[in-house]
Amino acid sequence: MTEITSASYIVLGVSLFMLLNSAALTVYAERRIAAFIQYRVGPNRVGPLGLLQPIADVVKLILKEDVTPRNSYRTLHTIAPLIPVVTALMTVAVIPFGEGIFVTNINASVLYLLAIASLGVYGVTLAGWSSNSKYSLLGGLRAAAQMISYELPLGMAIASVILFVGSLSIVDVAAAQENWWFIFLNPIGAIIFIIAAFAESNRTPFDIVEAEQELVGGFHTEYSSMKFGMFFLAEYMHVVINSMLITTFFFGSYHLPFAGYWLPEMSPLLKGLLDVSVFVAKTGFFVFFFIWIRWTIPRFKFNQVMTLGWAKLLPMSIVNFMAIAAVLYFLF
Amino acid sequence: MLASYVPILVLFGVAFALALVLMTLSRIAGPYRPNKIKLDPYESGMDPVGQAKERYSIAFYLVAMEFIVFDLEVIFIYPWAVGFRDLGVGTFYAMVVFVVILFVGLFYTLRKGTLDWDMKSLKHQAMKL
Repeated sequence: MTEITSASYIVLGVSLFMLLNSAALTVYAERRIAAFIQYRVGPNRVGPLGLLQPIADVVKLILKEDVTPRNSYRTLHTIAPLIPVVTALMTVAVIPFGEGIFVTNINASVLYLLAIASLGVYGVTLAGWSSNSKYSLLGGLRAAAQMISYELPLGMAIASVILFVGSLSIVDVAAAQENWWFIFLNPIGAIIFIIAAFAESNRTPFDIVEAEQELVGGFHTEYSSMKFGMFFLAEYMHVVINSMLITTFFFGSYHLPFAGYWLPEMSPLLKGLLDVSVFVAKTGFFVFFFIWIRWTIPRFKFNQVMTLGWAKLLPMSIVNFMAIAAVLYFLF
Repeated sequence: MLASYVPILVLFGVAFALALVLMTLSRIAGPYRPNKIKLDPYESGMDPVGQAKERYSIAFYLVAMEFIVFDLEVIFIYPWAVGFRDLGVGTFYAMVVFVVILFVGLFYTLRKGTLDWDMKSLKHQAMKL
């Protein structure tokens, strides 16, 4: 357990700022990469290379009329967009960005992470339920069913990492990967985790929530103005955060590959800079990966999503967990 | 011990305030000119039929119930995963038994058709009961 100093609050402030900015940047990156993949130009008018486009978007959203449909549950309709944003922002508290660079090191941070991630479901469900629109209701229900279903393989994939670490603190998980990243030791777990992370953040190929052809806008059909903007912001923050989690749990967090074997001793400042830049680079790659997948693969049908989650990923993740436990127990 | 949770509380306050400010901003800055048609829930441009607070497929309830059961089981596995090296070989076999029971339950519900989203097979099941 480390002491909470003013340094923790500096990390907190910086990471919050970075997360919000990276969400905006991800929106821009998504539009540019989509355009690149589809042989278009994409947004290039606002600012140099169109880099100020996200700011223009936010200003536009703020200046729009906020419509709440008739007979909707007004209070819930207003609360619902807050939940995904708050839960997305709250996850940064436990993620280590470098050796000794984290906001707080609680001894059950993996459980904290899972708990906060499950709370995100409420925003989606309440949005769908309170809108008094059939499309919203169906979209919200489907989203909720999908998100809770994929939480199980996600949890089991994390548990298979915990077997190697023997601690529920994410700081320990990151530190344990100095030599061997867990993708090398636990590749099946890594694949399951990545698939489940895609499903948790409602991204293609799991964006049945927003299948325009059948559900219009899904749970945010009846949201306009900045209330819609909140869901939008939350989606991109979840992309960034899930990239961080994939990096942290399976791709060595802030370590270079096999760093313990060859990386020379460095001054703390240099080491800190290296750690943070390695972490940011890996996260950036996975954000790109999320976008790349979205514009490459078509979405599943809802029953296919549920079958994949319950009948394939869940048994696979449990068998993987037990196999790793057996190997660790009897061979090492 | 508990002191390490204080930043999380601070973060919650900051995040909540931030989200609230953004939403209030649009309330203040945006126009507000409601009319009857604008307030209609969207139904592909037609007049909306009835309310949306209707009954929906039982399959969603089944998924939710199964989730509660299996999520609890996952949570049981966590403490063992943390300390399984020190707990002795007996707990490993105990865990194998636990997982086998879990699998029997999972395949039972799958064979019973919890994940059948096809209306026809749902009706067929209801007839069988």
